[in-house]
Amino acid sequence: MGAAIVLGLLVAPEDADQGISQRIFYIHVPIALTSYFCFGLGAWKALLLLWRADQRYDLESYVAIHQGTIFGALTLITGSIWAKASWGVWWTWSSNQLVLFLVLFLFYCAYFMLRFSLEDGPRRARSSAVYALFGIVLIPVSFLAIRLAEDFVHPTVFTREGPQMTATMFVAFCVSWAAVTLLAYVLYRVELAGKRLDAGLRELREAIG
Amino acid sequence: MTYLSDVVALTRKDLRVELRARDTLPAMLLFVLSSLVVFHFALPEEAGDEAAYGLLWVAIVFTALLGLTRAWVPEHEHGVLDGLVLAPCDRSAIWLGKTFATLAFLLAAQAVALPAFVLLFAPLDAAAVAGVLLADLGICAVGSLLAAMAAAGRARELLLPLLFLPLAIPLVVGGVGSAISSEPEQYLLFLALYDAVFAVLSWASFEYVVTE
Repeated sequence: MGAAIVLGLLVAPEDADQGISQRIFYIHVPIALTSYFCFGLGAWKALLLLWRADQRYDLESYVAIHQGTIFGALTLITGSIWAKASWGVWWTWSSNQLVLFLVLFLFYCAYFMLRFSLEDGPRRARSSAVYALFGIVLIPVSFLAIRLAEDFVHPTVFTREGPQMTATMFVAFCVSWAAVTLLAYVLYRVELAGKRLDAGLRELREAIG
Repeated sequence: MTYLSDVVALTRKDLRVELRARDTLPAMLLFVLSSLVVFHFALPEEAGDEAAYGLLWVAIVFTALLGLTRAWVPEHEHGVLDGLVLAPCDRSAIWLGKTFATLAFLLAAQAVALPAFVLLFAPLDAAAVAGVLLADLGICAVGSLLAAMAAAGRARELLLPLLFLPLAIPLVVGGVGSAISSEPEQYLLFLALYDAVFAVLSWASFEYVVTE
């Protein structure tokens, strides 16, 4: 998987306009897409929790959102580096996607605050699930809001010509996307296994003590 | 019909509690007026009207937060919520009653704040007022659900702003847009969309938040 990323980065041709900095595209965009996917998965598990009242979905939803937040933070960092390299500033409010990620990042940080402030139990699970569902609805709504805000926050909309992808670039992009998704999945399984072990251990300790 | 009368009864209960105790509304009024005064000194002389509209929205959101933080406190202090959950009424009626009550407080606060804003800062047109009203609906619908969520946790006063502000960003965009844009229709439409989507979501999910 790591080899696939490196291969993709080295083989793909450099963009004529942006040069080497364009290569971050192969990391930045897959991470962003994976992060959306994790939030979607978290919301789906949350819906299942409310629907079936099965407590195991709580942990799955939490872990998926945790992964999504980590990948979201990485998106902000790589996006910021890319912005510095191609526009000369670390942060620009005219990049819709980055602003959206900032909003989502704040939202999901609040999700963790909510989780840690409630007592462990079915009520916490349901409250977190409801908030996770709010999050998935917030994504398109915020996106629309940020689009609308552009009109008055930035009268001149920053337009950037998207690089036309050649076949090699597209292959490299797909390979890195697959690699990042795989990475997210592995991390998800590992964290889930860890958390389950933790919960099992706690139950065992309570049973003994 | 019984659903409606439940909602009316719950709203009246909240309004009566407030009329007797006078905890929330005077605080909201004083807060919104003093924040407008603070904004006068925070804005530089040449900032212009557009910046003032932005600050009006900051004042509205934080005043609403002040009211929402208090929204479930009486229920929590006296264990009323457990009784309400046990009562033979649809749980979403509890949410709807609370939403109307907080909406009434917010509207009362704005009935003072908006004229004060016009007097001190800049004129408001019909679209801006419509934007405020539409955003109020969204603020109260989402806010009363989140406040119920936060009320169950430790440090609820701290938690609610964190939960609420990311969700309020689209409302601020719609509100400011309807005040300063030359074509406010799309912003009003957006606010109406937000209200519809999040009201349905809150209505459907409230039951899960309050039951043990």
